[in-house]
Amino acid sequence: MRPISYSRATAVADAVAAVAADPTSDFLAGGTTEVDLLRQNVLLPRRLVDINDLPLTGIEDRPDGGLYIGALARMSEVAEAPAVRERFPMVAEALVLGASAQLRHMASMGGNMMQRVRCGYFRDASSPCNKRDPGSGCGALDGFNRGHAVLGVSEHCIATHPSDVAVPLVALDARIHTEGPHGRQVHALDDFFLLPGATPHLEHPLEHGELVVGIEVPGLAMARSSCYLKVRDRESYEFALTSVAAAVDLADGVIRDVRLALGGVATKPWRARRAEELLRGAPADIGAFRRAAREELAAARTTPLNAFKAELARRTVVRALATLTGTEHAS
Amino acid sequence: MSAPDIPSRAPARAVLPERGPEPVRITLTVNGVDRAVEVEPRVSLLDALRERLDLTGAKKGCDQGTCGACTVWVDGRRVLACLTLAITCEGREVTTIEGLAEGDELHAMQSAFIEQDAFQCGYCTPGQIMSAVALLKEGHASDDREIAEWMSGNICRCAAYPHIRAAIRTVRDRA
Ligand SMILES: Cc1cc2nc3c(=O)[nH]c(=O)nc-3n(C[C@H](O)[C@H](O)[C@H](O)COP(=O)(O)OP(=O)(O)OC[C@H]3O[C@@H](n4cnc5c(N)ncnc54)[C@H](O)[C@@H]3O)c2cc1C
Ligand code: FES
Ligand code: FES
Repeated sequence: MRPISYSRATAVADAVAAVAADPTSDFLAGGTTEVDLLRQNVLLPRRLVDINDLPLTGIEDRPDGGLYIGALARMSEVAEAPAVRERFPMVAEALVLGASAQLRHMASMGGNMMQRVRCGYFRDASSPCNKRDPGSGCGALDGFNRGHAVLGVSEHCIATHPSDVAVPLVALDARIHTEGPHGRQVHALDDFFLLPGATPHLEHPLEHGELVVGIEVPGLAMARSSCYLKVRDRESYEFALTSVAAAVDLADGVIRDVRLALGGVATKPWRARRAEELLRGAPADIGAFRRAAREELAAARTTPLNAFKAELARRTVVRALATLTGTEHAS
Repeated sequence: MSAPDIPSRAPARAVLPERGPEPVRITLTVNGVDRAVEVEPRVSLLDALRERLDLTGAKKGCDQGTCGACTVWVDGRRVLACLTLAITCEGREVTTIEGLAEGDELHAMQSAFIEQDAFQCGYCTPGQIMSAVALLKEGHASDDREIAEWMSGNICRCAAYPHIRAAIRTVRDRA
């Protein structure tokens, strides 16, 4: 770990100005990604600007029934907030199923959106990695890639996006509010996470020094009937192999409206738009769920080690929808 | 009015004061006592406690957030000292396993761990106990399933889990 220097900011404008003016400064929130990767020599900032004293911790109701979550609200605080648990249960569930109680007390919501991939080749500073060192190649393509993505992959990068809570948030059309050298910006979450393509080192549209200040979650009545299903190698304290965030508006056994997103299988939190299209207006039965899941995963590009993920993701979708709609599971 | 409507761009102070990279003098409040130490800003809270303040209760298992052996409280919340920089704790209350007992009187959870034989090698134990006391405060110990889930951030290589849960139940039911 290289030496670093340290500043603590108490105003948003100071933090933004300090980091924007210096390409070698990084923001420090909970530190659960930043300190970890500093120690691995994956991140090499000269200075950290501590943003934990900024007044960005609130969780507020919006007039449309939605929420505005401050970037420095901790995962644990958001998971416990009654407004989140009642109106957006899939968000609360995704948070509680992420990391551990200790990490959730540390990790901020803004930091969660900005967390880096868990790919072993990215985390090992001596391996080739197009994300960490553009043009150096990808160790995962022909390496140990059991946990890697099957959707949204490119020949340059197949790292899975690790966030749980970003999955329900992308299903909810959440928006990221930022404050940067060019003022206030609002980014739709689905546009905020970039596919790797030929530029896996570009993960989001933020300028250097642009600070996430909050996450806006628009009101959505059917989100009260939503769930997050996470499948992993061990029962707890583990990243997802596959996960599904689903919200359904059901009337007389017919799906009037649905929101669906997948985690653990794609290079970004994956909004399952094709499946949503097929499900809207369909009867809530296993056949319809299977068809939607199959179509969504049709584009999957697998390796011998992670081929199981496509089938696992299909089954996770079916299980989540069956649970949510109270549909009998045939098999 | 909620936050998105706050006008943006308050004028920035010209330069934010910068400390380090050489050792800087910081004051940590540990177990209620102010302690001054010289540390580089890159030093973790765990290393500051263990190497500078002779508080070796918190253990270093993985040094990357995956085992929970380093669990301490900052401002009353259980966190991982290995992923926390010491300098960020200035002005906050740090509590370690050494701060749990009242003089010679062990904390109820410490006694319960002994009574229930909740450890073998003992390496994970300080982290388990700091986590367990916090767990009861957080109110997620209704049954064994919930205890297991909310204690999952503390790995025990000796797999003393059933006894750890028994110790937690004992203290929960005594309260
Ligand atoms: C062992 C372990 C297990 C984990 N398991 C899970 C899991 O199961 N599910 C899951 O979703 N996550 C998991 N995580 C990841 C964890 O959720 C993230 O590390 C955390 O959310 C990051 O938030 P932070 O506040 O600690 O960010 P930091 O580490 O402080 O920052 C992360 C990055 O974002 C930047 N940054 C921070 N805040 C802002 C901001 N407001 N604006 C702009 N940039 C910012 C920093 O410069 C840094 O580069 C795990 C982490 C660990 C270590
Ligand atoms: S040493 Fe901190 S979590 Fe393992
Ligand atoms: S008692 Fe040995 S690691 Fe837990």
